[in-house]
Amino acid sequence: MTNASVESGQGHRTELDTASSEPLHPAARQALLAALDQGYADPRRLHRPGRNARLLLDNARAVVAESLGVRPDEVSFTGSGTEAVHRGLLGLVRGSRQGTRVVHSAVEHAAVRHAVAWGGEAVEVQCEESGRVHDRDLVQGAIAPGVGVVALQSANHEVGTIQPVGEFELPNDVPLFTDACASMGRLPLPSGWSTAAGSAHKWGGPAGVGVLLVRKGARWRNPLPGDDRVDERVAGFENVPAALAAAAALQAVVDERDVVNARQHALVDRIRSAVAAIPDTQVVGDPVDRLPHVVTFSFLYVDGEALVHALDRRGFGVASGSACAASTLEPSAVLAAMGVLTHGNARLSLTRDTTEAEVERLLDVLPGVVAELRAEVGM
Amino acid sequence: MSVDLELDCRAMRCPMPVIELARHLEDVEVGGTIGVTATDAAARVDVPAWCRMRDQEYVGERVAEDGVPVFVVRRST
Repeated sequence: MTNASVESGQGHRTELDTASSEPLHPAARQALLAALDQGYADPRRLHRPGRNARLLLDNARAVVAESLGVRPDEVSFTGSGTEAVHRGLLGLVRGSRQGTRVVHSAVEHAAVRHAVAWGGEAVEVQCEESGRVHDRDLVQGAIAPGVGVVALQSANHEVGTIQPVGEFELPNDVPLFTDACASMGRLPLPSGWSTAAGSAHKWGGPAGVGVLLVRKGARWRNPLPGDDRVDERVAGFENVPAALAAAAALQAVVDERDVVNARQHALVDRIRSAVAAIPDTQVVGDPVDRLPHVVTFSFLYVDGEALVHALDRRGFGVASGSACAASTLEPSAVLAAMGVLTHGNARLSLTRDTTEAEVERLLDVLPGVVAELRAEVGM
Repeated sequence: MSVDLELDCRAMRCPMPVIELARHLEDVEVGGTIGVTATDAAARVDVPAWCRMRDQEYVGERVAEDGVPVFVVRRST
């Protein structure tokens, strides 16, 4: 029995939605429990508990820096990945002398699109059907007057396609913000960015911790009110235990990734080929140049919400980008930008300990579930 | 532009507009057009995506008298 697959009264369950949130890594649990007692105090205070908290916070920062290959003074802890996106992106807008236009791919996370809508003007660049951005258009877009920032994710959070961050040069010293939430820890950070964002619960750290990276020398200005605390780039009382747990999980994930990624990559290959054999199915995203653990597909004539419920009843937890399964009742902007089917959609993302047997069990039930749902609507 | 067959899918949620389109494709001759009138937000993406999967021609988007979008498809096979 594993963390992600718990025996319950309903039978064996397999959770395949780690791209929404990964179960807490054992290393994070251990660090969190110890730090709850040791790291409660105000890290600015000079008494012993304060110094202990400060030590733990500095340690968390050093571990994150080492795991990501950056300098400790480039690392800030935020209250979420979304906050790291807001500060990382909008801080470059505020620091720019060239303007407030933000050139970004059409497949950025909603956090990026909302941040641009709030503090800049969006210039959207289209992508290939695989979800990979047209990077020449991104560079062309950056030449226009008034462009302060280019934003491009490290990898897509819905379909797994890796973006060419670090593979192009931007004109006029326009800085690049990269939303690395989908890949942080799992893949090495790309190069070429001025600021970057990550989210701990996506690598097995606790929720409520984001990582903001600001390159030394980047023209970044705090876009939000300041605070007189440990780190001038962020505000509010530091969540020291959670930051330490996030760092411990990140270090463990980086240490394990060669083995885990190879296993996940092969399991996703297996899923991609088996699902593609189901009639009238689109398996989307780049088949090779992708996150190791994410796979997305759509079944023609199937209701996405019904698909999620049918799989849940059979013990499989999956996500969907279909409109009927979304809080907004809008189809996934990522799938729409790629020009692929949005209905009947499922995104599977493997945990670090998803087994081949679990994958095979899913692949056994999936064709029947799809056929049943199609039969319900007479197709 | 008038179409040869209009499918009123106003109250339907995804994937029903696409299912209606698939059911009625052969109600028009090859070269004939079908308009899918749909309020569902997914139809704007899914009707063109269906056309690519089924080798049919997506003509484009029109607007019905009540302002609801009409997604026009030409039967090519």
